[in-house]
Parts: sequence; structure tokens; C-alpha cells
Amino acid sequence: MVDKIVIENLNLQYADGTESLRDISLNIPANAISVLFGPAGGGKSSLLRCLNRLNDLTEVQTVAGRILLDGEDILDPQTDVIALRRKVGMVFARPVVLPLTIRGNLTYGLELAGEKRKSRLDEAAERGLKLAALWDEVRDRLDDPAIALSGGQQQRLCLARVLANQPEVILMDEPTSGLDPISTGKVEAALQELKKDYTILLVPHSVQQAARTADFAAFFLQGELVEAAEGKELFTHPKQKRTEDYVEGRFG
Amino acid sequence: MAQKKLNWQEFFIPRLIKASGYSAILFVALIFFFLLREGLPALTEVKLGDLFAVRWYPIESHFGILPLITGSLIVTLGAMLIAIPFGIGTAVFMSEIAPRWLREILKPLVELLGGLPSVVLGFLGILVLSPYLRVFLDLPTGLTALAGALLLGGIAVPTIVSIAEDALDAVPYSYREGAWAMGATRWQTIWRVTLPAARSGVLTAIMLGVGRTIGETMAVMMVTGNAPVLAIALTSLFHPVRTMTATIAAEMGEVANGSVHYHVLFFIGLVLFLISLVVNVTASSVVFKSKKRAERVLS
Repeated sequence: MVDKIVIENLNLQYADGTESLRDISLNIPANAISVLFGPAGGGKSSLLRCLNRLNDLTEVQTVAGRILLDGEDILDPQTDVIALRRKVGMVFARPVVLPLTIRGNLTYGLELAGEKRKSRLDEAAERGLKLAALWDEVRDRLDDPAIALSGGQQQRLCLARVLANQPEVILMDEPTSGLDPISTGKVEAALQELKKDYTILLVPHSVQQAARTADFAAFFLQGELVEAAEGKELFTHPKQKRTEDYVEGRFG
Repeated sequence: MAQKKLNWQEFFIPRLIKASGYSAILFVALIFFFLLREGLPALTEVKLGDLFAVRWYPIESHFGILPLITGSLIVTLGAMLIAIPFGIGTAVFMSEIAPRWLREILKPLVELLGGLPSVVLGFLGILVLSPYLRVFLDLPTGLTALAGALLLGGIAVPTIVSIAEDALDAVPYSYREGAWAMGATRWQTIWRVTLPAARSGVLTAIMLGVGRTIGETMAVMMVTGNAPVLAIALTSLFHPVRTMTATIAAEMGEVANGSVHYHVLFFIGLVLFLISLVVNVTASSVVFKSKKRAERVLS
């Protein structure tokens, strides 16, 4: 397997001293679902936010180390952050539906990038919706306000919006934490399809989801990467005692 | 005994609150009634055609109030042209761009500015602004509609900034994050996400700014030159004008009680009252409408 992202000795500390990452080195394989899991405050979200430089906007005290995306260090100050964020899309825990129509939400990213041709925009919207398994539910009401959708639909809309941007990597921060099991199932099924073309990093909202979806898994505890391995391996034969205890529910 | 006291409180306090609530309505109604009683006779004493004429010269019984209305409008319009972009720009800067420490200095400063007595700003207008305008624009006098507009713009800015900033600040952080994560630049995020999401609050800010401007008396009286000239040309901005508020303030003290002049001044007050009523009703209906829409879209 090719490694899409290589993280080398990443250290991160916030200005208010809350959460931090300590010396993380991790390889993320292309075309697979990599799951970052562990109890809250472990640094999973912080790591995700380093990958699209969303942390630039919070008060971070130190960032050290390297993150290579296709061999290029994205932490380099010279990096074009806007282009990076188009390449590395993100889906949040709470669906962030913009105050626009369904179509408006989908084409927003491309319009920002300067795409004006309606045919391209419509095409991208349709592709995104199909990939996110939402097309059949909303095809007749693309001009309704997006907020009218249910929570599960909104979250898939956010996924579709990211996909319409044609990213290479998709970051998902507890994307199903607010969803019912049926919607969660739909999102997970969509991910299994998507991984053929995309590199997916998922912070799951439960160990069970981690075990269900992971091709590759990394266990984080208190800002430390405890163990990383293939999904099956890690959930059946963890090497570290702490991983085993967490996976089996002895703490968390 | 304690039980009895509690009942007493339960009986009186809600009624007291209710009474103070109703009294606000009562006072507005009384003011309106008073204005009507003192102002409406003007309609019978002066012919309607003479009232809405272009000559205001009360000593010779010319009671044309059009110059005063246009004077108020041109000054208000000019002030809003300055205050809206400047105020909203400042609000955006404070809420979206400035670092936290700077914002914590700016916000109280702006609010302090909002509390400055307008007569103090009038000093600035007379001593600094209008001489400068006179020299810079080569005018016979600096006491013009432009000076009034600039000064009133300055007076309206703190109101607009303060309220618009609160509205922008109330937009959830996740909206911005969502936009950034899509590859929006800072400016695209502000223009296409944050400002639309805060729309109703920003509109309220503008309307309150208009209200503050049209009702302002002292500063405007000090700097606009107070010549009751019809102000409908673009060049009127560079001539002295007289506003409705300034006319009432300047002449009400010297008028014989119950005279025609007295009634006409009250009639001007009535017009002013109606204008601010229209502004307020428009504002609240726009805000109400967009709020309903915003609630549908945002909540």
C-alpha cells in the first residue's frame, strides 16, 4: 500500500495548554479508511486539524515536526493553505450546513474556487450527492433550504459538499455522533465505496465504529500515539496493554 | 406570617411590572396625542399648499416646511452613506480580523464614543471640521449639509458598530470553520457566510443608526448653517441647510404659545414622529421577516 500521508515527529501544543500531541509518527495509507480512536482529549481532532491546517486559526503555541502529503511538507509556511484545504476536505461532528439552498451548499466550494460554468457546478453537485448516497432523497428539491433536511441528510450533504470539491483526502471528525443507526449505516456504507478513490481519515465516535470501519487503526491516549496497526490486527491482537484495556472497555 | 407576606408579594409585584409595561405604551400614546392636539391646528390655519411650500420665513407668515424636510433628509442620507460602510467595516474588523486583545480595547472605546454628548461633537464640528471644509473645498462657509452629514455619520457609527459587532459575534464559530475547511479565504468567509448569517442584526444596527441620525438635534444645529433652503440638488450638500429638529429647537423657545408658528412647529414634530415611526416599522418588519427566514435557515 502507498502511504498518502506521512507524519514525522509531530508535536503540538495549544496556547492555553489544554490538549497536545507528543511526538507522533504515523503513516496513512492511500485508498483506505484510517481510524484514529481513543478517549476524549487524546489529540485525535487536533491531529486532523493539522492535516488541513485548520489549527492555523486557533491559538497554537508550538507545532514541530513534518506532515508529508504526497511527499510535500504541508506545515511549511510557504504552503498554499487554501489549495491544501480543497485537496483535504473535512466533515465535522455537527453538520455545518451553510445558510443556502441544497444546491448552494454543494457548489459553494467550487464557486469559491472561481468555477462559474453552471454545467460543471450541476455536475459536481450531482456527483457529490450520488457518492454520499443522498441523490435519490434530494434530487427533486435541490433548491430548498438545506436546513430543511434531517440531521442524517445534513451530514451526508456535508460529505457531498466536500466530495463536490474533488478532494484527495477526507477528514471526518466524529461524523456520525449525532446520527441515528440507520443514517450512520448509510454514511459508513458510503465510506466503504469512497475509499476506492479517496484516502479517508475517520475519528469514530465509538470503539465499535472504529472496529467496524477500520482498514487501519491508530490508538491515541493523552496526546500520545500508543499503537497503530491494521484494523483487524489491532482490534483482535493488540500489542499494548493499554490498547487492549481500552478496546475491551476497561477504561474510557 | 411568612406565607401571608409571600402572597402579598405575589399579588403586587406582577401588577407593578405590568403597570410599568403598560405605562410605556401609555406615554407614547400621550405624546402622540399631544403632538396631534398642538400640531393639527396648523393644517386649518395654514393652507396645505402653503405648508408644503419652499419658503420658511415665519416672521412674514411663510410656513413652507419642505426645506426643513429636505434638509433633514439630505443630512441623514449623507450621514448614512458614510456611517453604514464605515460602521459595518469596523464591526467586521473587530469581530473577524482584529486579534482578541485589540478587540477588547476597541469595543469599550467604541461604546464610550457612542455615549459622548452630541454638543461636544458639535464643538469639534464648528471649530475643526467646518473651517477645514471651507478651506479645503473653497466654500463661502464650512457650515454646510456636508459638515452635518460627516458629523452625524460619526455619531451613528458607534451605534452601528456596537450592534453589528454583537450580531457577527453571535454567528457560531462552526460556520466559519466549515467555510474555511472548504477552502474559503478569510474574506470569502466573511462576505458569503458570516455577514449573511448575521443579516438581521446588521439590519437592526443600520436602522438604529438611521433613527439616531434623523433625531439628532444639537450637533446638527451647530454645524449646518441653519439656512432654510430647499435641498434637492446634489450641490445642496455644499450649502447650508436647516433640519426639522434644529428648527424646532431653535424657534420653540421664542414663539408665542398658541400662535400659528407654534402650531406649525408642532406639526413639524408630528412629521418627524411619523418619519421615525416609518423607519422603525420598516426596520422591525424587515428584521422580523428576515428573522423568520433566518430561523428557518439557521436554527
